[in-house]
Formats: sequence, C-alpha cells, structure tokens
Amino acid sequence: MFGLEFDQIFFVLIAAVTLGFSVLVVTMRNLFHAALALMVAFLGVAVTYVTLGAGFLAMAQLLVYIGAISILIIFGIMMTRRIMSAEEEPFNGQAGLAAFTAVIFFAFTTYVFINYWPAVPAVSPLAMAPEVDPAMIDNSVVLLGQAFVNPNAYVLPFEVASVMLLAALVGSVFIAKPRIQEAEA
Amino acid sequence: MIPMSWYLIFSAALFAIGLYGVMARRNAIAILMSVELLLNAVNINLVTFWRYRTPDRSVGLAWAVFVLAVAAAEAAVGLALIISVYRNRDSVIAEELDLLRN
Repeated sequence: MFGLEFDQIFFVLIAAVTLGFSVLVVTMRNLFHAALALMVAFLGVAVTYVTLGAGFLAMAQLLVYIGAISILIIFGIMMTRRIMSAEEEPFNGQAGLAAFTAVIFFAFTTYVFINYWPAVPAVSPLAMAPEVDPAMIDNSVVLLGQAFVNPNAYVLPFEVASVMLLAALVGSVFIAKPRIQEAEA
Repeated sequence: MIPMSWYLIFSAALFAIGLYGVMARRNAIAILMSVELLLNAVNINLVTFWRYRTPDRSVGLAWAVFVLAVAAAEAAVGLALIISVYRNRDSVIAEELDLLRN
C-alpha cells in the first residue's frame, strides 16, 4: 500500500493514534475525558518504544505512566473540580498565539533536521536503523542495569534519583496534608 | 525499516502539541497533563537516538529511565501543590492564582 512496508504502515497508524489523542488531551473541555485520552496517548508512546526495540522502557511506561501517573491525575481531577457539571472556558486569551507558536516550533524543528541535521556528513536523516545482532538489543537491558550500578557510569545519578523520589514523596505528603486547624474544623 | 526522521518528526509533533497545551490551557491539571506529553516526546527522541546511533551502549535508555523517574516525582509534587492551592484558594485556574501580583 503506497509502497510502504508493513512496519512503516504500523508506525504511521500508531503515530496518528498517539497524535490524535494528544490533540484531544489539550483540547477537550471535560478534564476527565482528557485524562482518559492521555492514557491512550501514553499507550501509543509505549508501542513506539516497542517498535524501537526498547521493550523494558515500554513496560516501564505502562507501569509508571499508565498505571501510576494517569491514576494520580484522575484523582487530582476528581478532588479539585466538579468536572461533570462545571462547563468552563478551557482556553485562556492567548490560545491563538499558542497554536501559532506550536506550529512554528514544529515547522522550524522539522525544517532544521531535514535540511541541516546532522552536522556529521555522510549520515542522512533518512538513515535506517543500523543492522545489529538481535542479541545486542536483547542485551541492552543487562547493559542498562550494569550502567546504573557502575561507578564509572550512572551510579551517582541513580542514587540522586532515589533520594529525589523520596524527597518528592515526603514533600507531596507534607504539602497536600490538611493544616491542623482545618482538620479540627 | 523506518527512517530515523519519522521518529524525530513524530516526537517534534508530540512536543508541539504539548507546548500548545502548556501555553493555552487554563486549568493547572490540564497544564500538568501537557507537561507529561512534553516529557514523552523527549523520551521518544532519547530512545530513537539510542537505537539508531549507539545501540551498543545504553546511554539513551539510561537517560530515558531518569526522565521517567523525574516525571513521576514531578506529577506527585505538582498534584500535591494543586490540591493544596485548591484547598486555600478554591480554584485551579492558573490565571486566578495571582497572589503575588500586587
């Protein structure tokens, strides 16, 4: 079909679904529906990871984004607004300017990396994925795990990330907890 | 086989949509959702460069995992702030949160 191979058709379908639901996320009036559309967009991104051979990251995406962050956002929506009844204006006064800026950003970025990128000669932006041994892709998770605990690689960012997650946990509990007077009232 | 530029254009489009959401939405939670779209677009870029340029090293994957961790922390703290602001000001509309204006 149109001279495309199967995986190309698949990619175009996934990209179209993801982008379509992303547009729904930023345009829907009902925030709850927007959050559901966001879950589909996350799923599309996870499938994109699979097409790139990053199965571990796709699984992490499913667990962290769809499983945790989406649910957190839905809880946030349910705790702040009576969304099912309230119909309020979803966009501020600069929506037109924002759309213009976003389109300009997309056009400029695409233009740059089709015409000028990469700076390295002899590599075209139409380059295909290098042919590698499938075992290397399978082995990437092992390499990733070793890199995380290797003192010459990412052990410091890894530990900082764990401390950051702990700080975020404690901080968010402290911020969202009711004040004592409120709790008594 | 999918050309590298397809992934990059897809990622740029996702980023542009998220950018629009951050700039145009009024509800703070909607802005937070748009930020998640931005982070996803960045992650697609990282994984694409890993697969097409350095499949023998896990640099792109490692940073994508870090972005994932930061996104989780950001969502938790952001929503806690929004809930706290809603409790005090009874609003999550970003324009109405102008306590520091005067």
